[in-house]
Amino acid sequence: MPQNTMIKVENLTKTFGNFTAVKGISFDVKKGEIFGFLGANGAGKTTAIKMLIGISKPTRGTAVVAGFDVQTDSEKVKRNIGYMSQKFSMYDDLTIRENIVFFGGIYGLSRQEIKQKTEQLVQELELENYIDQLVISLPLGWKQKLAFSVAMLHEPQIVFLDEPTGGVDPITRRQFWEMIYAKAHTGTTIFVTTHYMDEAEYCDRVSIMVDGSIEALDSPKGLKEIYGVNSMNDVFLKLARNIE
Amino acid sequence: MKIILFIIQKEFKQIFRNKAMLPLLFVMPFMQLLILSNAASFEIKNIKIGFVNHDNSQTSYKLISKFQSVSIFSLSENFSTIKDAEASMEQGKVDVIVEIPNHLEKKLLNDNQTSLSVIINAIDGAAAGIENVYVTQVIKDFNQSIKSELVMTSFDSENKPYFNVIAIPSFWYNNTLNYKTYMVPGILVLLVTMLTLFLSGMNIVREKEIGTLEQINVTPIKKHQFIVGKLFPFWVIGLLVLTIGLLIAKIVFSIPILGNVFIIYGFAALYLMVILGIGLFISNFTETQQQSMFISWFFMVVFILMSGLFTPIESMPVWAQRITYINPIRYFVEFTRMVMLKGSDFYEVRIHFMIILAYAILVNFLAIWSYKKVN
Repeated sequence: MPQNTMIKVENLTKTFGNFTAVKGISFDVKKGEIFGFLGANGAGKTTAIKMLIGISKPTRGTAVVAGFDVQTDSEKVKRNIGYMSQKFSMYDDLTIRENIVFFGGIYGLSRQEIKQKTEQLVQELELENYIDQLVISLPLGWKQKLAFSVAMLHEPQIVFLDEPTGGVDPITRRQFWEMIYAKAHTGTTIFVTTHYMDEAEYCDRVSIMVDGSIEALDSPKGLKEIYGVNSMNDVFLKLARNIE
Repeated sequence: MKIILFIIQKEFKQIFRNKAMLPLLFVMPFMQLLILSNAASFEIKNIKIGFVNHDNSQTSYKLISKFQSVSIFSLSENFSTIKDAEASMEQGKVDVIVEIPNHLEKKLLNDNQTSLSVIINAIDGAAAGIENVYVTQVIKDFNQSIKSELVMTSFDSENKPYFNVIAIPSFWYNNTLNYKTYMVPGILVLLVTMLTLFLSGMNIVREKEIGTLEQINVTPIKKHQFIVGKLFPFWVIGLLVLTIGLLIAKIVFSIPILGNVFIIYGFAALYLMVILGIGLFISNFTETQQQSMFISWFFMVVFILMSGLFTPIESMPVWAQRITYINPIRYFVEFTRMVMLKGSDFYEVRIHFMIILAYAILVNFLAIWSYKKVN
């Protein structure tokens, strides 16, 4: 695997009984890339992500993430990745500070490091006044930004974002993407799924999954040229309609 | 170890921040202990007794007044014929009939020996046994030479009396026996068990429901770190509840603690690991807190009823007795009674220790094995 390939997926397949959720997908993601992983609901995106982050075993095929095989070295993969799920998954009944301490702690950060990270994080998010408030009391947009920052606490090489901006207002979404860009600039690889086609335009490359297979994979510009349309929205609709 | 501390810290914060949790942990169990210990009694009081006196002699009246002077016989009634008395028993108005035959006094004087008949409503077998002993004791106390002929009777749905002669040559009875002494340690065991089983079973499933478990499974945390961190707080809470319960037992109910307290804690520490392991095992196979609760309840009911606390294990059928060997509550109930009431030392309860240790290892092995970070 070349030095700058962070994710290498070959013929990755997952079946549940008779149902094949992911049908032998293959792709590479380079270091520092923002990789958009698109698809309609039920296309198999979440199943594919779960295999890449090592919480679901592939039925067939291989996936090498951050240099480790998810089939055999899933715990080593986990050390090098961050993950933010579509379901908000911080503890509502803990404060911002307590959540940071906990997640930092289970990634093996020292108390000193956690303290430092906490200060830096609340400063960046401008949450200084809310640090000792329960997370449940925060607006959704803040929570999502917080969740992203917490997923980055241990400075992973790759971060997986599964619909990170679902239900978030346009301003916060813009801010969220600014955070993503900033992280990508420091060399972090971003693997993101979304249903917002304007967000797809922000990605370096985009794959579109339909019915368990990747139907298209290129830069947003390239995809628009291939399908002869003006927006990612039309690319998406064209692909989804072809299948129907 | 450091990572485990972070989890423990988080768990304790969540437990003590949950407003429903504190009363659940520290009020309900002790209310239950206070209420159940007073309610769960096998004592028979207020026995309604009827007399059929065919003798009408000095001695027979003395015998009747002897019965009347005993406080557990709350009501006494005289019947002229045994038929009337039996009719009254069918209606549930009397529990015990003492029939004094003709010439009781005469026979007693001439032969120095006589007999009278006692009929006991044995619809509740356990109560009838105790009533029999009371009656026999009163008679013996009155005169060693009177032999009672016992008839136990019960009425089926058609109200037809069915007679049954039961010979009880000797029936051990300790009339100073305090049922609370017997019940309180057992009830305490049940409360500690229920609390820790339900809480541990629901705690991890809760994280599944809210989605945080997935977040944790994406971290490089080791299975044992997570599980130890998760269960340790409930282990501490279990021991804390036990401590308060023991204090209540001692102070409120004056239950003797004859054995060594350290043996009790040593055993409880192992025992709680068994229960927490079961809770974790259940939570590994359930997706919602309701499912976990129902399954925990199922095991709890079986464990409680087969623990030997309410019905003696010796009187269960053999197959049921065999089932009790896998019931952890059985061992803890036996253990607490032996150590608290009999003052057994470690040597006498070593078998209990070995079984519960093996159980703890087995259950926790299964629980950790069945906890999957990768599906």
